[in-house]
Amino acid sequence: MVLIRHFEEHAAEAYAQAKIGGFLHLYIGEEAVAVGALAAARPTDDLLTHYRDHGYALARGCDPAACMAELFGKATGLSRGRGGSMHLADRSRHFWGGYAIVGSHIPIGTGMAYAAKYQARDDVVLEFFGDGATGNGIFHEGLNMAALWKVPVVFICENNLYGMGATLAEESPVKDMVIRAEGYTMPARQCDGMDVISVYETVADAVAHARAGNGPFFVECLTYRFRGHSMADPELYRDKEEVRRWRALDPIARFGALLVDERICTEQELTLVNEQVEQEMLQAVAAADLAPVPDPATAGDLVYANPIDPAQPSPPPDPAEAAARPPAAVGGA
Amino acid sequence: MEETSYREAVRSALREEMLRDQDVILLGESITGYGGSYAVTRGLVQEFGPHRVMETPIAEAGIVGFAVGAAMGGLKPVAELMTVNFALLALDQIVNSAAKFHYMFGGQWSVPMVVRTVSGFGQLGATHSQTFEGWFASVPGLKVVMPSTPADAKGLLLSAIRDPDPVIYIEHSLLYSTKGPMPDDPAALVPIGRARLARTGTDVTVVAYSRMLLQALQAAETLEREDGCQCEVIDLRTLRPVDYPAVAQSVRRTHRVVVCGEDWRTGGFGAALLAEIQDRCFDDLDAPIARVAMADVPLPYARNLEQALMPSHEQVVQAVRSVL
Repeated sequence: MVLIRHFEEHAAEAYAQAKIGGFLHLYIGEEAVAVGALAAARPTDDLLTHYRDHGYALARGCDPAACMAELFGKATGLSRGRGGSMHLADRSRHFWGGYAIVGSHIPIGTGMAYAAKYQARDDVVLEFFGDGATGNGIFHEGLNMAALWKVPVVFICENNLYGMGATLAEESPVKDMVIRAEGYTMPARQCDGMDVISVYETVADAVAHARAGNGPFFVECLTYRFRGHSMADPELYRDKEEVRRWRALDPIARFGALLVDERICTEQELTLVNEQVEQEMLQAVAAADLAPVPDPATAGDLVYANPIDPAQPSPPPDPAEAAARPPAAVGGA
Repeated sequence: MEETSYREAVRSALREEMLRDQDVILLGESITGYGGSYAVTRGLVQEFGPHRVMETPIAEAGIVGFAVGAAMGGLKPVAELMTVNFALLALDQIVNSAAKFHYMFGGQWSVPMVVRTVSGFGQLGATHSQTFEGWFASVPGLKVVMPSTPADAKGLLLSAIRDPDPVIYIEHSLLYSTKGPMPDDPAALVPIGRARLARTGTDVTVVAYSRMLLQALQAAETLEREDGCQCEVIDLRTLRPVDYPAVAQSVRRTHRVVVCGEDWRTGGFGAALLAEIQDRCFDDLDAPIARVAMADVPLPYARNLEQALMPSHEQVVQAVRSVL
């Protein structure tokens, strides 16, 4: 959580210095959700998130320098400078990306979970989205299919009370997002998204439910973003008193206090963690700064995995391309 | 030689790929008990079971999104969208998901999936009589194929399923019952990105695909009989990437071009085709390129009105005469 907080603060600074372009959505205030939820999953469980995705990448163990380099549009970025802030991904860590068309990843994760079930793997898919996504039809299409086919997916709603600048009351007839799951006969539970332990315990139960073959589970984390929707947000739609109230629930301060109260660590050790993380983030920023930009000659690469040039003679059949799983070993879906 | 129908050719490609590779799954609306709106998948659920031939809710965006995810999870899904008109509901998943991930995530994974859908007419009214191949063909990251013959319907579908990129495979409702010979090797692939010379000729190059290929061949017969004109007819087969080298090679000999399609004249696929052919072949052209396309009108229900608007072999004949 500390690492995410420092990363985001450095990102905001770099944005102000015009080292980061486009949109920048900070995760500050919501750190307990990503950290608590991912601690409750295996590193091999598949992860898909909304576009406020830096926290998830870092909580999954992605290299902060590669994350920062992606924000800086560098060749060493997590998505090789092709994705940007909203489209971080690291397949080697089963982090399948940030998705910036709100709700579009809901059926995608459902399909991934079906593949896991079909191939008799015991992987679970975790999908994160905001309260705003629940107003989109694609959210409901995905939940419907997940429930219908009992796939191992955990839907985790970060209810931060705002869909960009729309208040919850303006965008939803229900205050509690868990109610959304009822129509799909999907078990659901609400937790305190400002408390990393609460998130961890709730998601651990949800993941266990899905992994045991009981189908999808819906978790709602009550949380709050301390900063605007993006760096361009003047925050005209919410009052400062509300922000102050939520800031008092800062998940890092709360967890730190718990650790000291329980004598798991001392104030001094917490300070040391802060200092170490700050050093690490300074190095990440410096590395991103120094990293090379992508070669402009490569701008047209990567459009296809198998580019076809009609001007070239037909390639010979590729034995790897023709690789198929013969039906003898049909899985247990 | 025994002939096979277009419908049967599509079904046999699906069935043979499912037999060859257990990671191939089908999903779509009413594709199990009903057998698909155009009866293409009839019998497959009985043979392969509901976990491989999946009946879906009526949710086109969800179907394609699910297929994208299944592909990322290691399967090779073939999603059926009942008609291309309904594919509009899935455009976000096709354009923003399937077409983008390989590029946008820096080449970390591809999306090996096929969207099968259907163009066509037949007094279905304005919302069910459209053809949007030009939209799909404009999107980098997609491959788009539109077979006109049973042999190509099968061979291109086999290639599409094995391709690591997302392929939009558009059938035509008015072709399902047409029949044609199949290749000697029933497992032969037809490569994506290769046009086929459907008829050789010296006077004009007629570029067509899907149903318009049949109309073009019929027009070529008329023109030979009535005008002594020899049309060369190219079946594009793939709309992205277009086999422009094959077109250019023909134009170098004929010096005249007619492009034929069923989508709207303004911004349709024919418009893009025409522009690119002009860019590549300007010095070889002895006449402006002519075009057969749908008038910029939503298709009406009444039979006579519909037929007055549908691109036809008569229009191809007129277009060819205009460039001679």
